[in-house]
Amino acid sequence: MQETQYGVNKLMADQQTIYNRAKEWLLTDTPASAFQAAAGRAYLGLLEFLKNRLAVLGLLIIIALVFIALFAPYIAPFDPILTNLSQRLQPFSAEHIFGTDEVGRDIFSRVVWGSRLTLYIIGLVAIIAAPVGIIVGTVSGYFGGFVDTVLMRITDIFLAFPKLILALAFVAALGPGIENAIIAIAITSWPPYARIARGETITIRNSDFIRAIKLQGAGAIRIIIRHVMPLCLSSLIVRVTLDMAGIIITAAGLGFLGLGAQPPSPEWGAMTSSGRAYILDHWWLITMPGMAIFVVSLAFNLLGDGLREVLDPKSDD
Amino acid sequence: MLNISNLNIYFGHGSEKNHALKDVSFEIKRGESFGLVGESGSGKSTVLNCISGLLNHWQGTIEVDGEVVSQKRDLAFYRKVQLVFQDPYGSLHPRHTIDRTLKEPLAIHKFTDINHRVEKVLSEVDLGSQFRFRYPHQLSGGQRQRVAVARALILEPEIILLDEPTSALDVSIQAEVLNLLQDIRKERNLTYVMVSHDLAVISYMCENCAVMSQGAVVEMISAEQLQSGDLTQNYTKQLFTASKGYDRAAIDLFQDF
Amino acid sequence: MIQQDQLLQVTNLNIIFPSPKGDVHAVKDISFSLGKEKIGLVGESGSGKSVTGRAILRLLPPYAKVSAEEISFKGQDLLSFSEKELRRIRGKEISMVMQDPKYSLNPVRTVGQQISEAYIVHSKVSKSVAREQTLKMLTAVRIRNPEQVYKLYPHEVSGGMGQRIMIAMMLIPEPSLLIADEPTSALDVTVQLQVLAILDDLVTQRGMGLIFISHDLELVASFCDRVIIMYGGRIMEVINAADLHNSTHPYTRGLLNCLPRIEGRNERLSTLVRDDAWLDADFWHSNDSDGIII
Repeated sequence: MQETQYGVNKLMADQQTIYNRAKEWLLTDTPASAFQAAAGRAYLGLLEFLKNRLAVLGLLIIIALVFIALFAPYIAPFDPILTNLSQRLQPFSAEHIFGTDEVGRDIFSRVVWGSRLTLYIIGLVAIIAAPVGIIVGTVSGYFGGFVDTVLMRITDIFLAFPKLILALAFVAALGPGIENAIIAIAITSWPPYARIARGETITIRNSDFIRAIKLQGAGAIRIIIRHVMPLCLSSLIVRVTLDMAGIIITAAGLGFLGLGAQPPSPEWGAMTSSGRAYILDHWWLITMPGMAIFVVSLAFNLLGDGLREVLDPKSDD
Repeated sequence: MLNISNLNIYFGHGSEKNHALKDVSFEIKRGESFGLVGESGSGKSTVLNCISGLLNHWQGTIEVDGEVVSQKRDLAFYRKVQLVFQDPYGSLHPRHTIDRTLKEPLAIHKFTDINHRVEKVLSEVDLGSQFRFRYPHQLSGGQRQRVAVARALILEPEIILLDEPTSALDVSIQAEVLNLLQDIRKERNLTYVMVSHDLAVISYMCENCAVMSQGAVVEMISAEQLQSGDLTQNYTKQLFTASKGYDRAAIDLFQDF
Repeated sequence: MIQQDQLLQVTNLNIIFPSPKGDVHAVKDISFSLGKEKIGLVGESGSGKSVTGRAILRLLPPYAKVSAEEISFKGQDLLSFSEKELRRIRGKEISMVMQDPKYSLNPVRTVGQQISEAYIVHSKVSKSVAREQTLKMLTAVRIRNPEQVYKLYPHEVSGGMGQRIMIAMMLIPEPSLLIADEPTSALDVTVQLQVLAILDDLVTQRGMGLIFISHDLELVASFCDRVIIMYGGRIMEVINAADLHNSTHPYTRGLLNCLPRIEGRNERLSTLVRDDAWLDADFWHSNDSDGIII
């Protein structure tokens, strides 16, 4: 017994030493390699982030969302599209935690599987809109003059389209479906990112450190990609994260109008739409997917706020 | 080594057009340290910006090492002429380590033996290897300025333009950095063009200097003239008096130029 | 012992800033007194000179821990004052001019309006009376066309004029003590001296006390009556300006020696070799010169 206790204590002590050594390595004043320097910086950023309880909560919710999406087949007790008319409109029960909908499908399973669609939508929109926005913004801000005017007018054109109307246009042209909804959202989401990136670039482009690298012969592309963009990233990451909430709601709105995911797809927005008719007597049809939308949007908002505090260049050291 | 003749530049358009440099001319020999002194708005930094290539719409002639320099600069020019900026807090990219800041010019000019060059230049500016992977915010003002000097040296230029390199530094740090600049100049036989508003710094660092006011060269003096106070123009004399400190009687005699 | 003309007495002032890496003890046990004179507070960056000036008027952020045995102005204990009482002092009795008028003047109001407002806040007069006073004050700071300048916005005036406007604004309520934190550091050297001349005249005419905070040792030595030299949060030396160049204190000597001079062409500037012993309290207590009232 004593030996085991000794063994356990030693194990814990060893872990403690490893932990302390790792911390020392990360926080050292004199990093010996670029990797060590970057890792140390990331660690300090992480510590700063973890101080914000709400932001951590947001992050945990999003991690949970990803987890649920990944393991949906194992978490959902029922098939999300299998109808069972004998079980329709059932309230909460042990078998159906969230109740059933108008054709007897288990709402809990549909919410779980719907998380995949939610992640799919926000992931694709972010991957399309953010890079387009940052490239247009930095190029526009850096070159100024004619290039700036042209790019900004193009941005204005895209900014003028309301998401829903554009989605309608796409649907009319290409047919309804989640991919078209995503394209519609992405196309109307990038202009604010371009504006942010352009604003940051204009502030940065006259800095001494940009002039310094120009005086060493750097071309525009090198300067934009390696010097300007890293400084725009912080505000952009914050903005994109905060936008996630809006994107989820917009996609839900499109789904609500029948322009996004089509039945029987368990997209949360579409679920709230079909649940409308039953809101008085069978409120759980609309409320459960609605809660899911709310929780995930809130999580992204909290995360975005937390990231802003960590990444905001003004509070940088 | 460096020949400026009839340098003119205008900023703005129409009624707001500002003739920022008026027929500025001077000549600097190889290995010389030349000063540009004046108050704000005198155009001294503008001259430096024209020489370095940051400003391109100047008129006149700039010759470096016998070759006329055109408005558009090429890589070979940047290997010959480098600049040290005034503000130690703004001239280093906040997200790049010192190592990266020093390696980048080497990469642009396709140098080999990069690691060795970085180590060598850091030791030349008296910064130990513990500074190599730090970020700018982890260095003091004096240390950052040493990095700026290292960055200017790493391409092995022949002319270094110094835009008030120590005016943002404490006096004790200034002394160290000025000594360092003198040492480097002797070791590498560099040519300096140094801009400052501080006559004492110019007197210590430069052999000759041009006194500028409102875009024009008012007087060209040698260090000996400066040290003995042997000045001809009233503007220069006033500047000289003002540099001596607060003298109530003298201030009452100040004119606006 | 309170002297006849004594305006300010500071005894054992300590200022601590908490930070994630441990407390920063910005000012350690400093004491000095000020009468109707010009006293210069000189030091390099990090010496604590600016925070000292601000601490007197309690202008530091709330997380700064300021403690002292005594901070008294004209016999009144400022430490015991409430925020409301302190607001009465600020501007009316003790004023502060800071470095860059670009940052201290409100960009969306004319300079005349701002000066008038400073006057109205402390003397409850009508706008026209305030305007009269403002024009008088602008003349006192040697602005030649006060009526026109009254209507200008801060971005329309030059640095030197902006600083003169700041001085007008800070002196219009007729305070007894002015704290000037690097008031001329952003200006050209001739303009700097002209602004200081105006300050000099006003301070002398009104019998005010002036605390002049600067990093420029030579300027302070030529402008002020006494000089307090700070390093690492401590006072190294208090010395009459006339005696400064003969100082024997190692830090002061070190600073004086590393200044480049117009006349001298040295082969090398001497550099300051810092001695940690200077930061030790006992060191300077045994070396102090007159002026420190403990």
